[in-house]
Amino acid sequence: MKPDFDTLLVANRGEIAVRIIRAARELGLRTIAVFSDADAGSLPTQLADEAIHIGATPASKSYLNVDAILSAAKAAGAGAIHPGYGFLAENAAFADAVAAAGLVFVGPSAHAIRTMGDKAAARAAAQRAGVPTVPGSTGVVDSLDDAVRIAADIGYPIMIKASAGGGGRGIRVANDDAELRREMTTAQAEAKAAFGNGAVYLERFIRHARHIEVQILGDGKNVLHFFERECSLQRRRQKIWEEAPSAAIDTRTREAMCSSAVALARAVSYSGAGTLEYLYDDESQEFFFIEMNTRIQVEHPVTEMVTGVDLVKEMLRIAMGEQLRLTQGDICLRGTAIEVRINAENPAKNFAPCPGKVSSLRIPGGPGVRFDSMLFPGYVVPPFYDSLLGKLIVHDENRTAALDRLNRALRELDVEGLTTTKGLHQKLVLDPEVRLGKFDTSFLERWLASKPL
Amino acid sequence: MPQIEVLSPLPGTFYRQASPDAAPYVIEGSRVHVGDVLGLVEVMKQFSEVNAEVDGVVTRIFVEDGDAVEPGQTLLYIEAP
Repeated sequence: MKPDFDTLLVANRGEIAVRIIRAARELGLRTIAVFSDADAGSLPTQLADEAIHIGATPASKSYLNVDAILSAAKAAGAGAIHPGYGFLAENAAFADAVAAAGLVFVGPSAHAIRTMGDKAAARAAAQRAGVPTVPGSTGVVDSLDDAVRIAADIGYPIMIKASAGGGGRGIRVANDDAELRREMTTAQAEAKAAFGNGAVYLERFIRHARHIEVQILGDGKNVLHFFERECSLQRRRQKIWEEAPSAAIDTRTREAMCSSAVALARAVSYSGAGTLEYLYDDESQEFFFIEMNTRIQVEHPVTEMVTGVDLVKEMLRIAMGEQLRLTQGDICLRGTAIEVRINAENPAKNFAPCPGKVSSLRIPGGPGVRFDSMLFPGYVVPPFYDSLLGKLIVHDENRTAALDRLNRALRELDVEGLTTTKGLHQKLVLDPEVRLGKFDTSFLERWLASKPL
Repeated sequence: MPQIEVLSPLPGTFYRQASPDAAPYVIEGSRVHVGDVLGLVEVMKQFSEVNAEVDGVVTRIFVEDGDAVEPGQTLLYIEAP
């Protein structure tokens, strides 16, 4: 049965709420914004057909408040809810609650969210679908002889990781058998001391890893890919600069990576927009699936710019029960797009947050420039949510031209009253290594440590 | 005995405890020393500690866990001996 709705509630705030309202309006849908105390008068509440207050300022009392959101949907006569990213976007219980209330969740099934949201389950699904994952031991490794035998299969350099570790803690690297024997003993003792649990496992160490991800859309039967995004420029695992396509991979690798993403999404009958994240080893030129994000992502515009497809509108069409309107052959890669995140942070003060009032605003324009944002002159950026103010996206016929266009657009952008990350991007866009596309996931932190801003 | 006002240094969300299940850093009657954590202010997902600048006893607390605070808002009183 074809779900029928003419009213969409947007269960989010900030620039992504604006983005979704725009797509929904172009499809002729009535739009409902929701807002917390701190977001009264925000841009999404101005642009939507109706705005409904859902609670107090803390997200736990508003944007994460399932009952308040469902009540607002009922009151406004909404037939569907778009969760955006963050907040409830990858919360399977929320997807279930929306369906139980007789509404359409704009996204994948709760089952797909659960399967792909669990790292071990997603890794197992990838292996069943024939998608490469980072080579490693099956579970905990106890003895030195076992470790050396397993390392022969995985290949050096190898990482010894504490089972109880995480976020980069409890990791040692070995380059050969002798080092592995030495480091294993130390790693087990350290893990025991640090985490109270000496269990360790082994994984291939990728010295120069890039973060490359593939955008897909599925309608529950068919899956299409929209090529890849390169997101290696990160600080504390937060992306700050994304581009499409990746300058690091050739056509054959691109085809293999994108096909593997389609195979995995098809294996879980995926519906909606999703992103499969890979690590790409610059030295061996291998790629490995790491995880899937079952939502629209912050950096989706670069894909829209190089393919000409409006991903948010396509998500809404799929939610309405339509089949994918395109075939893979319709989706072409044209030129290069780059997105930089303009955050309310001071790069010179260790990225300290800088909420406050936008006293004046000049938005860049001209050919190939897009600025997705919730800012307007006089807007007071609240301190309670994330620091993203806007995304500056440029598109041109090749990467060099796109970099020059980005440099030009950054000069035009002027946000008065706040300190932003604009200055950081103005330095990065001129950096020789960035211009050559020579970076990995540890590049930006090294760069920041060596270049006072 | 002077009452020292402790003010929020930043705008954001004030937390009286490290996690929802944890005990509060301080309650009325707590004895504190210079540098002790009195609470946290979260600004755009970054957390800053509010520390005691004097030795003394917490006599009054004006904010609940999860309250929005403004810079300069009074969080609590410490009575210094």
